[in-house]
Amino acid sequence: MISLSGISTLVSKELKDSLRDWRIITPIAILTLFFPWLMDITAQLARDFVARYGAFLIAERMYPFLLMVVGFFPITFSLVIALESFVGEKERLTLEPLLASPLSDLELFLGKFLASLILPCTASFLGITIYVAGLYFSTGYFPPPTLLTQILILTFCEALVMVAGAVVVSNNATSVRAANLLASFIIVPMALAIQGISIAMFWANYNILWLAVAGMLTVTVLLMRMGLALFNREHLLTTQLEKFDLKGWGEAFLSSFLRRPGNKGKPFSLANFYREELRLILADLKLPIAFVGLMALAGLIGGLIFALANPYPELVFPENFDLNKLKHVSWEFLPPLQTHAIFFHNLRALTLSSLLSLITIGVMPSLVAVLNMGLVGFVGGEIAILGQKPLLFAAFVLPHGIFEIPAAILTIAAALKIGAVPISPGVKDRLRDTFLLSLADWLKVLLFVTLPLLLVAAFIEANVTPILVSWLYGWEG
Amino acid sequence: MGIVVEAEGLTKRFNSLTAVEGITFQLQEGEILALLGPNGAGKTTTVRMLASVLAPTAGTARVAGYDVVKQAREVRRSVGLLTEFPALYLRMTADEYLDFFGKLYGVPKGKLEERKTALLEQFGLARDRKRQIGEYSKGMRQKLALVRAMLHDPLVLFLDEPTSAMDPQSAKTVREAIMELRKEKRTALICTHNLSEAQTLADRIAVINRGRIVAIGTMEELRRRYIGAPLMELKLARPMDEAASLVQRFAVVEEKGRDFVRYRTDNPAEVNPLVVKALTEMGAEIVYLQEVPVTLEEVYLRIVA
Repeated sequence: MISLSGISTLVSKELKDSLRDWRIITPIAILTLFFPWLMDITAQLARDFVARYGAFLIAERMYPFLLMVVGFFPITFSLVIALESFVGEKERLTLEPLLASPLSDLELFLGKFLASLILPCTASFLGITIYVAGLYFSTGYFPPPTLLTQILILTFCEALVMVAGAVVVSNNATSVRAANLLASFIIVPMALAIQGISIAMFWANYNILWLAVAGMLTVTVLLMRMGLALFNREHLLTTQLEKFDLKGWGEAFLSSFLRRPGNKGKPFSLANFYREELRLILADLKLPIAFVGLMALAGLIGGLIFALANPYPELVFPENFDLNKLKHVSWEFLPPLQTHAIFFHNLRALTLSSLLSLITIGVMPSLVAVLNMGLVGFVGGEIAILGQKPLLFAAFVLPHGIFEIPAAILTIAAALKIGAVPISPGVKDRLRDTFLLSLADWLKVLLFVTLPLLLVAAFIEANVTPILVSWLYGWEG
Repeated sequence: MGIVVEAEGLTKRFNSLTAVEGITFQLQEGEILALLGPNGAGKTTTVRMLASVLAPTAGTARVAGYDVVKQAREVRRSVGLLTEFPALYLRMTADEYLDFFGKLYGVPKGKLEERKTALLEQFGLARDRKRQIGEYSKGMRQKLALVRAMLHDPLVLFLDEPTSAMDPQSAKTVREAIMELRKEKRTALICTHNLSEAQTLADRIAVINRGRIVAIGTMEELRRRYIGAPLMELKLARPMDEAASLVQRFAVVEEKGRDFVRYRTDNPAEVNPLVVKALTEMGAEIVYLQEVPVTLEEVYLRIVA
């Protein structure tokens, strides 16, 4: 049962603390009261300037853009407040009396989380109000209600992401200084997102804002899950000074690789890997495999639906187009159909997407599954629209796909597990060991399962598939 | 008297480091236990586990009738914890600080005001309650942290170095407050490096070293176990050469001089009158016969060594 009174007591204390800190209040006051007014003047000057050249469109696009900027600037203070609240208390040693209080970890987390949001969001919304009012009285422009709603929601979501990110950062730092350094992991992606959103706004494609909101909410959920997994008394009181213990990490990784926990302490050997360890790894990967399988299926169906909704223009393939004509097309623009070329291409794609799993919380490898199967679905769908038998298309995919698709699903599932470790609530203080075990499992899957399967698949794709396709289509030579 | 704190095989490991291993002890209602040990011995980790701030890796503990793992919230509500470093919110006044913690512990408003006023008076902070804590001296901060720990009237107090950084007068106030706790049947566990304080305040003393309790008992029990039988000193008005050999008939003579004898006996109540009688009959004039005091420091150093 969550104690709302406990949370509100904490929120009120944190707010009072922020309101007494001139380092927080002064810039927020400037950004709330002075900055919107400055933006109003900027908007008027810009409008007058572009009006001289008849470029009214630019002014029109600038008003909503500045609206977003006015909202965003005070919101950035949510990051500062959150870092101060979470890691500052840890550094000043004031956290332990709080941890000794009856509040649960979740209540402490929620109290600090909400407190970090309230002041910047209030300042931001106040700033937006001042800007909109100023703009209305000086230019007569008032943003459409939908756009205004979008900006307000987006601004709130930006604050959510920054506070959720700050919690994660704080849990991995014991000083505000270290947390500020780590905060670039939040600021840089956020700056990139804002730039992307800005471009969309100048394009007047405001529906993109809903996508941005959805994306930020997703990131918030993932970061909050990660934050909740780490924000616990155990972790907060036992985290030592930041020191990257490379030797310790190396030893722990080797131990995970050479003597996998759960394998009765047996040392690693290839025979034992295929006989017993692989079974253990597959059991551990059950959920990720199911998830990647579902994603692949969703991609396949999505591709098919997309193909049905967007058939090839008739100009490209007129009705009753004879696919046999394709045999005369020059294929030189494609990479050579050679075993090693295909093998290395597939290996590179799987390895890179797996490595990106580390910083994308498993999103990148999942995308590989979705996009590849989406492409298969799309091409299959288009072929069906052209009146060809889907079985013939299967000849392009299935012979090597039997080996390649399981290899890809398995590798992606192992990579997904690596990315999911930090957001798994169960790992808590075993984060490093759990992460290294996932990494060791992924490497074993890649080396001893994926590599051989990809090699067989590449050989079939380069040498068997072309013959089979030619035979099925009746092509010669 | 009931058992208020009960630890059974309490163990805490941090990766490869075992901070506390297999600690077992009980604390009765109204009892004060001093937990002594070198730095890094596991005192703070033990207290954190008992206060449901850290979860034990193995073993069980019950505090105020609640399990420290399964009923952590209830344990935290029943316990007052003075942490090793009494860091406070420096921008708050003492009043605000205590109000904040009082609300967190769910102390009703009227009672909170009453407790706050009484404790601030008791610790000599009443005049400064409206001042920002940042302006307080180290000792005042320590006292305020102690007030915070006692604010919700907890059944059990865990006090980590309660008088460190205090001037003698403040330390005396705190010691008196702890003695008051005993009268109110409150139970307390005090971690301290101040051995004379431990000797004065505690009913029993536990010595922890490298995560294990290596000795526990009353001062008298520990002294007997680690120093031996009480050492008695007999002082004569005039030199008497036969005094030592006479005492030797009743006890073990440790040291002798022309006008004094030091001897050990397990049973001073029985032996001392016999010694006095024998010497008097021999015509000796006794200036005094007393037990040579043993300090906790001697006992502690013997245990830790």
